[in-house]
Amino acid sequence: MNRHLISAEDLSRDDVVLILDTAEELASVADRPIKKLPTLRGRTVVNLFFEDSTRTRISFEAAAKRLSADVINFSAKGSSVAKGESLKDTALTLEAMGADAVVIRHSASGAPHRLAGWVRGSVVNAGDGTHEHPTQALLDAFTIRRRLRGHGQTGQALDGVRVTIAGDVLHGRVARSNVLLLSTLGAQVTLVAPPTLMPLAVGSWPCGVSYDLDSELPKSDVVMMLRVQQERMSAAYFPSVREYRRRYGLDAARMARLPDDAIVMHPGPMNRGVEIAADVADSPRSTIVEQVANGVTVRMAVLYLLLGGAELPAVTQ
Amino acid sequence: MMCAATSPAARQGLAVLDAEEIRRALTRIAHEILERTHGGEQAVLLGIQTRGVPLARRLAARIGEFEGIDVPCGSLDVTLHRDDLRLRPARALGRTELPASGVDGRIVVLVDDVLYSGRTVRAALDALNDLGRPRAVQLAVLVDRGHRELPIRADYVGKNLPTSQRETVRVLVAETDGTDAVLIDEKATTGGGRG
Repeated sequence: MNRHLISAEDLSRDDVVLILDTAEELASVADRPIKKLPTLRGRTVVNLFFEDSTRTRISFEAAAKRLSADVINFSAKGSSVAKGESLKDTALTLEAMGADAVVIRHSASGAPHRLAGWVRGSVVNAGDGTHEHPTQALLDAFTIRRRLRGHGQTGQALDGVRVTIAGDVLHGRVARSNVLLLSTLGAQVTLVAPPTLMPLAVGSWPCGVSYDLDSELPKSDVVMMLRVQQERMSAAYFPSVREYRRRYGLDAARMARLPDDAIVMHPGPMNRGVEIAADVADSPRSTIVEQVANGVTVRMAVLYLLLGGAELPAVTQ
Repeated sequence: MMCAATSPAARQGLAVLDAEEIRRALTRIAHEILERTHGGEQAVLLGIQTRGVPLARRLAARIGEFEGIDVPCGSLDVTLHRDDLRLRPARALGRTELPASGVDGRIVVLVDDVLYSGRTVRAALDALNDLGRPRAVQLAVLVDRGHRELPIRADYVGKNLPTSQRETVRVLVAETDGTDAVLIDEKATTGGGRG
């Protein structure tokens, strides 16, 4: 593995399988009376969040604490960033404090990449602009593998699994990271969105594209619904919420078109009644709660593999 | 009974125990465990990843043959508790699997292939501490090669093998290596770390 985790594209198939296998072994820690391992004792993980994201931050925080790392939460609100400090100066401050890893969420695409050039520790991208969110894709792949292949299985990729990702692909970093990561694992990914919410460059992504959700559902082992962000709804990407729901929302009738063992995923937070109906979100096929638990496990695996070894691990090819 | 010393791995080193000797050593250890745990009713065998796991299973099967009891058997991966994690790149993890009976109040017998510095056993004791509170913990090893760096000693030993620190001891088990053998090799000249 590389020293940083910036893009799902940086991960080879073997890297991803190693992360998922490590997560599989770490999953049992959550069921123990003592949910803590001494592995990262004395290491410091800084959560550097320039954008609000409670669930991703606490997921990283829980993961680091279960491995006994010290966690420093740095949120842009009320910090010197609000007083105009640049990203570079913030980075140098963290460097001086001795951060072994920086988990960064930023509204600008590419911010983690810049940061990686300024700090000695590992940089983990926790979402940058409309670019990527690699740990979300890893936890989604882990959830798919556990549901479709069974708990405790290791060494396997996702060859031949058909994944449909529907919703706001244009603004969603989750979609891009998932397309890259799931295709690395051998899954066949199809993106479904209204033409206005499909990125122009999608033709160069390793996935299929469709504008019709109903025709894709019967051919899906996994359907992943992406959030339609409230702030986009007024921006003329689609005529009305009702119309979006009618064509792209997953309700019980649409779920019935899925194969019997297909699963329904959502990275959260959900707009119940917009992209996903409440009864679908709460159905046994939904993995939404599992995804949250798996998020902590997968992030533990990432932190262990980045920080658990020698100070300056040899870069593998 | 085994096609001993025919795999390529087995030809490289000097064999100090062959399949038949390993079988006899495990049979003796199984009897000793039964004696020292007063019939084995309270015993739980935990194999330390990776070679300790098949050895623990064989001991459990042996005890089952002798006394007709079903001794719970599991595996323990100690990677996350090791004290030398920072000396090497992050390692892949093995499976930790406790028997359904758990370890609380039981006599846990840790099983490993080679006892050397004692650091693996220390890590195993730490790992066990997070999993429950056994009534007692004992240690069974196939080979004790000496050179302890911690105050740890085995309760059951297959063979005491005086070695030099320049040598490495490898245990092959049929379950993962295709054959049973204990081999001793001269360590390659490069690399200062322990084998």
